[in-house]
Amino acid sequence: MLEITDLNVYHGSSRTLKDFSLALNAGEVLCLLGRNGAGKTTALKSIMGLLPAQSGSIRLEGRELTSLRPYEVPKQGIGYVPQGRRLFSELTVQENLDIGLMTRKTGRDVLENALKLFPRLRERLGQVSGTLSGGEQQMLATARALCIDPSVILLDEPTEGLMPSMIATIRDVVLQLRDQGKAILLVEQRVDAVLSVADRVCFVENGKAHPALPVAALRDDPSLLERYVGVS
Amino acid sequence: MDLGPFLVLATLEGLLQAAVLTLIALGLSLVFGVMRIVNVAHGEFYMLGAVIAWFVASLLSLHPAVGFFLALVISPLLVGLVAYASERLILKRLKYDPEATIVATIGMLYVIQQVVLIGFGPDARPVEAPFYYRIRLPWFGYSAYNLFVMAAAVVLLIGCWYILTRTRLGLIMRATQFDSETAQAFGIPVDKVYGYVFAAGAMLAAVAAVLIVPIRQAHYLMGLDPLLLSFIVVIIGGLGSLRGTVVAALIIGLSDGIISVFFSPTLAKMLSTLLVALVLVFKPEGLFGAKAR
Ligand SMILES: Nc1ncnc2c1ncn2[C@@H]1O[C@H](COP(=O)(O)OP(=O)(O)OP(=O)(O)O)[C@@H](O)[C@H]1O
Ligand SMILES: [Mg+2]
Repeated sequence: MLEITDLNVYHGSSRTLKDFSLALNAGEVLCLLGRNGAGKTTALKSIMGLLPAQSGSIRLEGRELTSLRPYEVPKQGIGYVPQGRRLFSELTVQENLDIGLMTRKTGRDVLENALKLFPRLRERLGQVSGTLSGGEQQMLATARALCIDPSVILLDEPTEGLMPSMIATIRDVVLQLRDQGKAILLVEQRVDAVLSVADRVCFVENGKAHPALPVAALRDDPSLLERYVGVS
Repeated sequence: MDLGPFLVLATLEGLLQAAVLTLIALGLSLVFGVMRIVNVAHGEFYMLGAVIAWFVASLLSLHPAVGFFLALVISPLLVGLVAYASERLILKRLKYDPEATIVATIGMLYVIQQVVLIGFGPDARPVEAPFYYRIRLPWFGYSAYNLFVMAAAVVLLIGCWYILTRTRLGLIMRATQFDSETAQAFGIPVDKVYGYVFAAGAMLAAVAAVLIVPIRQAHYLMGLDPLLLSFIVVIIGGLGSLRGTVVAALIIGLSDGIISVFFSPTLAKMLSTLLVALVLVFKPEGLFGAKAR
């Protein structure tokens, strides 16, 4: 579905992604794991075209994305839930969702589906999004991306700073989306969360992606975590 | 005359000043808010608006009202075009770098000013008002055209408010203003938005100029004073806040009008500058601006 090959991305003169390669299939959750500063966010931003690729390719169902302008990438059906949520915080919940709906001119049915996953947002459509609780903000960031009606969803640390019940909500939604056949690329630091949602995991180290492993490999061999993420 | 009529006159002058100032400052605030660009050439777009209005009104030798309303359409369009071109050719190439764009717009200020000096000359030139009618107040007559300017400004402001808060276009502009990167991740062509916003900001200044030119005349240096005043308004009101811009323009316009009538224009400028200093010290984000996070 989404295929990244030998991608090189720079921040100024420093190379942040080094021959980064990765393949994501429909109906699976692929987790990116790695230390702070490994380049996970950079990888997602590069997919969205927000950082230019120096070389390499990113293909969505065969279509090259690196040659598109940044604002054309989401129109191909990629929903992005950025790290730190990045809501339009002075806009209302409804307006944030409207921006998602405008991306591909999707209709009310798409909005309805998103709200069905997060009923709490429905009660707060008129509220300024910056005043939502952290958990509600994460729901909104996710719902906003779903308003694109994406086939690929990129989530960057959606459970950061959330309490366990909220993390469970997010996990359930991710699994539902996977079962609808969406391809999900998830950056996640919490090992327990990774083990409970991921189908495959991919370790990112120093801007390089190691070949993805089935999540079972991680369960069987906890030393992998020790090695790449520094936890056991 | 005793104090009362004087105060009425001063208030009317102040309101007129405030009406025009609000439009100009709104253009400046829009450009700064959405693009984070300090447009030092903003006053020159205002001046250009007045000068083009003079050309349209005098060269076509039509009935003054026809000439004026034609100018009200043509002048902002041409100014918008000039602004759009300079945005594409200069600001975009500087990648909207905050410091580089200040220098670039200072350059634009002088280029526009000197081109107008060459083409239009150093004289102040009047444009005929579309109509003459004096409203007889108990103490003095007052030009109905001045009231028309205030009404037009109010209509335009309501229009801007409507576009910004109630339309898709406004939503796109506000999203770009708050987080341009995330806006792109949701399909908003930020680069195009910048081009249009810069043109729209200049067009607001040009409209204000066409409205005021029958009262104040066109002159190649007329852009400097409004530039200074709109910076003051934007700082006091809070950047990117429509409400703040209107309130601050009313404060500055009214106080400027009243103090100028009763004391001196210099004192008026001193007081508004003092107000800016106070706002910067005690409420740096402006009266209605969002706190930086
Ligand atoms: N705007 C930037 N300018 C310069 N360097 C940057 C910039 N953004 C990121 N980097 C660098 O790129 C590297 C990768 O950053 P990135 O944000 O992708 O890491 P990450 O894996 O998402 O980390 P975290 O787990 O902390 O979110 C880091 O070394 C970081 O310092
Ligand atoms: Mg990150």
